[in-house]
Amino acid sequence: MRFIFKTDYEQDIKLLQHGGHWWSYGLLFAVLAAAPYLVGSYLQSQLVFVFIYAIVGVALMILVGFTGQGSIGHAAFLAIGAYTAAYLQARGYPFEVYFPAAGILTGIVGAIVGIPALRLHGIYLLIATISFAFIVEEVLARWESVTHGNEGMRVRAIEFFGQTVSRDSNSFYFLCLGILVLVIIGTLNLMRSPTGRAFIAIRDSETAAKSMGVDIGRYKVRSFAISAAITGLAGTLYAHKMSFISPEMFTLLLSIEFIMVIIIGGAFGLHGAILGAIFIVMVDPLITMLKDDVPGMIAAFSRGFGVGEDAARAIQDRLYAIFSAPGLKGAIYGLIIILFVLFEPLGLYGRWLKIKLYFQLFPLYKRATFRRQKTYVKSERNR
Amino acid sequence: MLDFLQQLVSGLALGCIYGLIALGFVLIYKATEVINFAQGDLMMLGGFVAYTYITIIGLNYWLGFLLAVLTMGIVGMTVERFVVRPILGYPLFSIIMVTIGLGFLLRSLAGMIWGTDDLKIEAPFSQGVLRIGDLVLAYDKLSVIVATVILIAVLYLFFNRTRLGTAMRATSENMLAAYYMGIPVKRVVSLVWAISAMVAGVAGVLLAPITFVHSNVGLVLGLKAFPAAVLGGFGSIPGALVGGLIIGVVETLAGFYLPQGWKDVAPYLILLLVLLLRPEGLFGALGRKKV
Repeated sequence: MRFIFKTDYEQDIKLLQHGGHWWSYGLLFAVLAAAPYLVGSYLQSQLVFVFIYAIVGVALMILVGFTGQGSIGHAAFLAIGAYTAAYLQARGYPFEVYFPAAGILTGIVGAIVGIPALRLHGIYLLIATISFAFIVEEVLARWESVTHGNEGMRVRAIEFFGQTVSRDSNSFYFLCLGILVLVIIGTLNLMRSPTGRAFIAIRDSETAAKSMGVDIGRYKVRSFAISAAITGLAGTLYAHKMSFISPEMFTLLLSIEFIMVIIIGGAFGLHGAILGAIFIVMVDPLITMLKDDVPGMIAAFSRGFGVGEDAARAIQDRLYAIFSAPGLKGAIYGLIIILFVLFEPLGLYGRWLKIKLYFQLFPLYKRATFRRQKTYVKSERNR
Repeated sequence: MLDFLQQLVSGLALGCIYGLIALGFVLIYKATEVINFAQGDLMMLGGFVAYTYITIIGLNYWLGFLLAVLTMGIVGMTVERFVVRPILGYPLFSIIMVTIGLGFLLRSLAGMIWGTDDLKIEAPFSQGVLRIGDLVLAYDKLSVIVATVILIAVLYLFFNRTRLGTAMRATSENMLAAYYMGIPVKRVVSLVWAISAMVAGVAGVLLAPITFVHSNVGLVLGLKAFPAAVLGGFGSIPGALVGGLIIGVVETLAGFYLPQGWKDVAPYLILLLVLLLRPEGLFGALGRKKV
């Protein structure tokens, strides 16, 4: 077992805690850099979606995981970023202008949304963010001079310093990867700065943070603004990847997908956002696989066990009918959320930490290490 | 003026539905501090269950109504036992996510079982109209209003006059203290969920003749019941009804007098205004601690 003996604060805030990290992250980076040359175009496209979801996941992690504020309205920030990009591109501005512009504008909107957060807690904040998302969706559908309403907007390929970067090219892959890496490094730096420390203090106890001199209002608004700005940047990439945007793409379902990213990944660290993004993006191909391949496989399997041809065919048709039902995706999402919160509350990254600790402490691991504390005293209502 | 009255009554009927859903939020929130995002979907399920009893099996309307409401009570208890109880006491956000997941699950399952067509329940009174002068009021809308008033009165008496109601109020004040006083908290919470699901079931059955029964009806109405609950001050039973009525009337009038698009946004605009100006709602029952 590795034990890192820290002797000063500089050691505590290092980004890479020990030599092993250089190896593991270096290897990961090398694999990601080589990936577009190794995998097919479909998988590359999925990876780009993973990057975009991961950027949103990191943004949401700053707000939910680190500052302890809730938001079920991040699809609205994504939409604002995407529409800013589409609008400015249609006006002839290049990527290097509208990319930061989308981030800044979304950040400003985020700060405005954050202002009610000063007075609201828990559910009220969640409900306020949902309302905000609905209003944005409706505005996008009605403000036709800018957004073209429900007809949607076409988004052309990126013009980046004179280079055309089409949405399926390797360059776009590297652009998304680069932005994700920059966002992650930026967030890590943010979290070891006084601002990040204040966020965590607010999450752990507002009262304690306030008595230590943290200006709660300012930091909450700042957290909302940063989170929204990063989501806006992701929105630009999303618009280019989809090449077409319309209001019905940015619904409550998308906001909930983003929340799922951090719940599935584990809402306490950036690793969680990445793992969650991989998981969510892979759900769709998985459903397609369920529909196309699994019924046939199970039928073949049951034939192997001596089930008659007719019965096997009946099983195949029945399964196909079940997996092709229109609401299947919703049911799977619902089940995933419930099962993760009930049985794996720390998410995939938490599971990884548990497995790691199990082997580090073998045979002394105890389950109680990760048990959450329950509180039955009313806390939300009397604040 | 006649148009206005007509719209007002429609708005009141819609508002009663919002009020009933909001009532479900409030009951569960008061008892366990959980916001049940699946409340609208429980209402939708109530409609489908009633459809099964009345149209498919062919029971008498009132018998089917009663059975559907009882079934919803059992559904509510089951949900509480297997989904909510294990996570009570954990952070709010996880619990809310679970109820959102539950809503997804119920919606998809209902779509798979009953299909995605619009279904209709024939109520014995669904055809008639009441004429007062030139004013024409449909019975199905009036029935919603009357039933809501009766239901609220019964619940009010239940919570204020019975032992069980008092036990529920005690639990909602402080779970731990109620437990020390000998109140079986788990059973009380389970009953609160049952009542809340039953209220949702009543709303679902009453709504069925007006709008159709469809698996997405719960999501739309459920999300609009939030502004109602917040407007009423989340902890208050009459507040839920009044909030629901205000939201319903405003939405209907906005749909009639304002340009297209305002109808759907109006409830949320009201909600944001309330949250900014008076977060404790009209009937604020929530204490606020100053740090």
